[in-house]
Amino acid sequence: MNQYLQIFFSFAKIGSFTIGGGYAMIPLIKTEVVDKHKWVTDNEFLDFLAISQSAPGILAINISIFIGEKLKGTKGSIVAALGTALPSFIMILIIALFFQSFRDNRVVISIFSGIRPAVVALIAAPLISLSKGTNLNRYTSLIPIISVLLIVFLDISPIWIIIAGALLGLFHYYLSKGGKI
Amino acid sequence: MIYLNLFITFFKIGLFTFGGGYAMISLIQNEIVVNHQWIDASEFTDIIALSQMTPGPIGINSATYIGYTVTGSVFGSALATFAVCLPSFIIILLIAFLYKQFKENRWTEAALRGIKPVVIGLIASAAILLVTPENFPDWKSWVIFAGAFAATWWGKQNPIKVIIAAGILGYILY
Repeated sequence: MNQYLQIFFSFAKIGSFTIGGGYAMIPLIKTEVVDKHKWVTDNEFLDFLAISQSAPGILAINISIFIGEKLKGTKGSIVAALGTALPSFIMILIIALFFQSFRDNRVVISIFSGIRPAVVALIAAPLISLSKGTNLNRYTSLIPIISVLLIVFLDISPIWIIIAGALLGLFHYYLSKGGKI
Repeated sequence: MIYLNLFITFFKIGLFTFGGGYAMISLIQNEIVVNHQWIDASEFTDIIALSQMTPGPIGINSATYIGYTVTGSVFGSALATFAVCLPSFIIILLIAFLYKQFKENRWTEAALRGIKPVVIGLIASAAILLVTPENFPDWKSWVIFAGAFAATWWGKQNPIKVIIAAGILGYILY
């Protein structure tokens, strides 16, 4: 089979079967590209993963661009990203087409009244382990608190907070090196 | 010019997302619900629920859904999805090109160390901003919240099961 098609179908498979976001996709991507097709080695995969996590954007898209690029250059990266995005695009589009008219249905209203608070819980629950994993100390734990105050009460865009965080990290490193670049 | 606005908004979201889908929520929320008021907080909560139950990343799912809702056209939906992925293309292709330098760059590492604690704040803000009177109309919603939180945190249940259980409870209680 044409390798572009192979790349497309591999990533479309990954995109169609992972529910629950980018992190759930990682084991499946590894099975496809490392174990099954041997497109990248274990080590390369770990490198790609680490860089994809530190680059901005959607994790699964970042990894597929990386792997597609390695295989077939820029065209390969487009095909891989398209494969990852297309299944969810089609499914959400179908839902969007019909959900508007369903939203006023009595049954749907009561089901979603139950779902909404649960969604907030889903977002809040990982915060505990995330805070532990980040190893915050007395000073750095002020950063998330200040971020929340700025975003929630002053409607400051999270974009500015991210830029400020990055600058803070750079400044701290600069100082730790004794002010020399 | 709604299409241009949509493109710029999702390009920005793609460019400044660090730390995964949940961190992205506060960015999307700030742009779509607060700044542009394209949809309200409760519809946004529904989109997150639908994203969690359907395959694919939250970023793609919400771009597709919001793109369609805002413009009423499949083109708008495709445009928003394309826009949220475009920064990744530019950045990852650049990194792939400069692979070795990026891998061992201490300045990149330092910047990311500064972003990490911010991401916790972003996720917390997303959760707090979704606590609206529409999402939490009465005490029953807080009971569902507590149950879902416990199931996720202590029970390690997966999000789909939690959402389905909450949906059934909603059907019974409301």
